[in-house]
Amino acid sequence: MLVAQKKFNPGYRIRWEKRLVSTPLINFSIPVISIIMTLLAGGAVIAAMGFDPIFIFQGMFTSAFLSFTGLMETTVKAIPLILAGLGVALAFKMLLWNIGAEGQLHMGAFAASGVALALPDAPAYIVLPTMILAGMVAGALWASLPAIPKAYLGVNEIITSLLLNYVAIFWIDYLVFGPWRDPAALGFPITKAFGQAARLPMFGDTRVHTGLLIAIAAAIALYIILYHSKWGCEIRVIGESQGAARYAGMNIRRNIILVMMLSGALAGLAGMVEISAIHARLQAGFSPGFGYTAIIIASLARMHPGWVILVSFLMSGLLVGGFSMQIHGLPVATVQMLQGAILFFLLGGNILTRYRLTIRRKKVA
Amino acid sequence: MDYTFYLAVLAAAVTAGTPILYAALGELLAERSGVLNLGVEGMMLVGAIVGFIIAVNTANPWLGVGGAMLASGALALIHAFLTITLQANQVVSGLALTMFGAGFSSFIGRPFVGIAAPVSFQNIPIPILSQIPYLGDIFFRHDPLVYLTYILAPLMWFLLYWTRPGLNIQAVGEDPAAADAVGINVKLVRYLCVITGGMFAGLGGAYLTLAFAPLWLDGMTAGRGWIAIALVIFAVWNPLKAIAGAYLFGGVAAMSFRMQILEIPVSPFFLQMMPYLFTIMVLIIVTIQASVKRIGAPKALGLAYDREDR
Repeated sequence: MLVAQKKFNPGYRIRWEKRLVSTPLINFSIPVISIIMTLLAGGAVIAAMGFDPIFIFQGMFTSAFLSFTGLMETTVKAIPLILAGLGVALAFKMLLWNIGAEGQLHMGAFAASGVALALPDAPAYIVLPTMILAGMVAGALWASLPAIPKAYLGVNEIITSLLLNYVAIFWIDYLVFGPWRDPAALGFPITKAFGQAARLPMFGDTRVHTGLLIAIAAAIALYIILYHSKWGCEIRVIGESQGAARYAGMNIRRNIILVMMLSGALAGLAGMVEISAIHARLQAGFSPGFGYTAIIIASLARMHPGWVILVSFLMSGLLVGGFSMQIHGLPVATVQMLQGAILFFLLGGNILTRYRLTIRRKKVA
Repeated sequence: MDYTFYLAVLAAAVTAGTPILYAALGELLAERSGVLNLGVEGMMLVGAIVGFIIAVNTANPWLGVGGAMLASGALALIHAFLTITLQANQVVSGLALTMFGAGFSSFIGRPFVGIAAPVSFQNIPIPILSQIPYLGDIFFRHDPLVYLTYILAPLMWFLLYWTRPGLNIQAVGEDPAAADAVGINVKLVRYLCVITGGMFAGLGGAYLTLAFAPLWLDGMTAGRGWIAIALVIFAVWNPLKAIAGAYLFGGVAAMSFRMQILEIPVSPFFLQMMPYLFTIMVLIIVTIQASVKRIGAPKALGLAYDREDR
């Protein structure tokens, strides 16, 4: 029953013991510990590159959470992260590895922009719902491209969904450098600005927009689906054991396609809210990797919709704090590096959900 | 257009296929031992920048290659520790590796953006062989790293199918419990395969910055690591088939690049999509064929091995 046994002290022995059940305390503390470990390890790398890690982390935290404008910016960036994170969490719950959220988000933004540009004079109550619908449908359809071969032929969805990200980004580039480019934009790769009706309203004078309400509503809806509906139960059972699900007569094929499409629809919605409220025009490079950050969020939140909201704020703070430290010469890539490191520590820490360290007084033989 | 154009495209297919081939051979080795490593893209990026930095500082491309392999091998060690010793999820760990590698390479590579490499691998035509009509132009007028794959891929094939260590690797990937029962050290084999595989990915990355396009750009692998993972499936985990596959993928990339130069009336953005769409299409076709012929991945691929679960 023991994995490793070390004689540490003649009077005691330390060993790994298998746990039968994981405790809530462990489940909560592992993500927290992994963030702390990331700060330590990341700090070491940052120090090795000649920066003062304490100054950098303090600056990141202050600018992301302790000033009003910073906190608002963190909230703004959390909105697409929550939506995309929910999408990824839903797919991961069924062990469906949708890593194409970035592409689905781009296609959602593309379709929403198409609606906004095609209906420049329509009132908001027509344009906005149409944009939301178009964004979700586009994201869902883009996600169906890896889902259908996965469901019917068993084609690896990790590779196909990831490769489609590149295709989607080239598609946006094609539009904003080509047919959709605003002739008045002096060569910048952007479309014409949307009309006021195509913009999600903001709260007061801030940049925080009503997409926040959409994101929270989506989280609640996903929670109800996952934990209080028959379909959600099916998704969780398939995620736990495909064999058991098949034995119980669940339609795995149909669920792969539906779950992947709903996952894509959420990512597409993320693209729609971001493009409508923040940019008000389609432009190249509008997403700083929201779809990839969403993978970290889903993992840290253990695929739970409620935790997705909280973790999205943290990851958004990391993004905002990282951007603000650019003026001190810190590369933007620091954020991506830290995100990868968090995931490493999280995975490493997960062993504590299955094993525990015990220290016992040795019996005198 | 005369035949020299086609010869040039075919020769370009070989150079474009070489970094993918290195990465695919590495991934193939890891997967044969039962460990899926989705961190290829990240390891290639780190290999590319570390190789470049060392070459810039020492003016010796071979030292660059060595450093690149050490760095990417170290990254692979993280993946090995997490998935083999701690039995973490291989998919998530690989994704973490790709993200970390992309961030880390961009982080340490920022002072090197836009610098031309002072040294790079030069084409050395092989005497006699390069005089063979057609084939000489396509295969034997390249740099030493291309020639190295001509030896390495058949060597890996021989190792896997005809030597005891190779058969042990296969056994570990197919049925680790049985391999363990006959006295093979499952964890050690997996560690060695994952680390060696990572070193190959780093070598593929270094090929990009030291031979293919001697400069550093953020994210310059542009999905080649993922194409390499698809290539392993295409090659049905056989190193010899990986060679043919790599040149096929390289050919599509070379074609799309040539067509952009020829200014044919298709948007360059569509041409740039070609390698990715081609990979997806090939993956679908190969999966259909594999299910018909009942051949496939190593049976224990993606599963952690735990003696206690036997």
